[in-house]
Amino acid sequence: MAANDYDVAVVGGGLVGVATAWGLAREGCRVVVLDEGDRAVRASRGNFALVWVQSKGLGLPEYAGWTIRSSNAWAGFAQTLKDETGLDVCFQRPGGFHLALSEKELEARANVLRRLHNQPGIVDYKTEIMDHAQIAKMLPDIGPEVVGGSFCPLDGHVNSLRLFRTLHAAIKARYVTYLPSHRVENITKEDGEFRLTTEQGEIRAGKVALAAGNANMRLAPMVGLEAPMRPERGQIVVTERLRPFLDHPVVTLRQTDEGTVMIGDSKEESVDPAGLTLGVSATEAERAVRLFPLLANVNVVRTWSAIRVMTQDGFPIYDQSETHPGAFTVCCHSGVTLAANHALTVAPMIARGALDTSLVAPFSARRFHVQAAG
Amino acid sequence: MFKRLDEAAPPVAITVDGKQLAARAGDTVAAALIAAGIAHCRTTPVTGAPRAPYCLMGVCFECLVTVDGVGSRQGCLVPVHEGMAIETQVGKREAGR
Repeated sequence: MAANDYDVAVVGGGLVGVATAWGLAREGCRVVVLDEGDRAVRASRGNFALVWVQSKGLGLPEYAGWTIRSSNAWAGFAQTLKDETGLDVCFQRPGGFHLALSEKELEARANVLRRLHNQPGIVDYKTEIMDHAQIAKMLPDIGPEVVGGSFCPLDGHVNSLRLFRTLHAAIKARYVTYLPSHRVENITKEDGEFRLTTEQGEIRAGKVALAAGNANMRLAPMVGLEAPMRPERGQIVVTERLRPFLDHPVVTLRQTDEGTVMIGDSKEESVDPAGLTLGVSATEAERAVRLFPLLANVNVVRTWSAIRVMTQDGFPIYDQSETHPGAFTVCCHSGVTLAANHALTVAPMIARGALDTSLVAPFSARRFHVQAAG
Repeated sequence: MFKRLDEAAPPVAITVDGKQLAARAGDTVAAALIAAGIAHCRTTPVTGAPRAPYCLMGVCFECLVTVDGVGSRQGCLVPVHEGMAIETQVGKREAGR
């Protein structure tokens, strides 16, 4: 192999990219992270920060196991980051709720969970359907309209902005080269090494890991891979800081370690990250007040929209290229939940130059080639 | 430190943390607190540092107080009325009030 500057070039400096880069550096790799600039459409700055297990894996049961693996590794991951950087990402795993505002919603919820857990081969974990009285013991401030919900003890959350900052501090401490404003325009493989073209010049590396979110759709075909994506917009409403009242995150609403309440989980097909649809924010806020009536007079201090990284079927994609060995895709929606896996499991595979098929074979993009039944 | 421009305005009885206080008609909550020599009206949610009314024009959000049971009101934008109950606010606001 030709002498190159880096063992691995990670394309993308969001949560997936920096978690992977940190894991590679821990394996002793010389790593460069090629990132866009401040104007990048960056899900890592707009996400909802759940480390979430319940309801994952309907349609691909192995995704439930993969998610639980990361959820179980998260506490150790957070502690290691704290040891290395002194920064606390405020990971908590008190168990989380999905709340229903009508019998119809609750029945739909119970159906999803039944179908999910009836899948052959799915890992066994507990998600319990609870009625109003059971939930009120754990969430005393729920409103009378909450008829029930589901609770999974594995669910948790984190301070996502601090996680992003901490991972950047952690890669810096491990001498990873971080190059912002280096949007990758083209990738070729010549003389056994990858050449990545940016406006600021060419970067050479022995391997390349594509962790560029929705932009993997553009980059993957350059190295014989594919990443079919369908970006999706979500909106979040944030309140002023309040005294702690919510001990468990709800899938659409959580109180952060700093006291603010984040309200979210909208889905729109739009890919305009600058726009906000007031009707969507209003609906989110209205549902939040029905879930927790004490929020009725609380001040909203911020709203924003962000673009979700989303593969076409919602499940992660991990692949190594057959035509360009050494090129990998690391692509998923849940960059927070799966951060521990990317750092501790996927990065070592990339460092070794081979994906462990016993763990990630179900997540190959080859699944998109299966023809739909007629 | 501060002097009233109009000493003739009629008095308005309010309470601050339960103590009777005579504000004047036309005062905002922030002005009444300042005129009464109250040095700070809240502590911050993060560090607990004391804060007092500052910009007096609705911009800085330093003068947040609980007015008639509703938390995080901007004192400089709320005119006093007879019988108003003002409470200084310690740390984070309690949801539901």
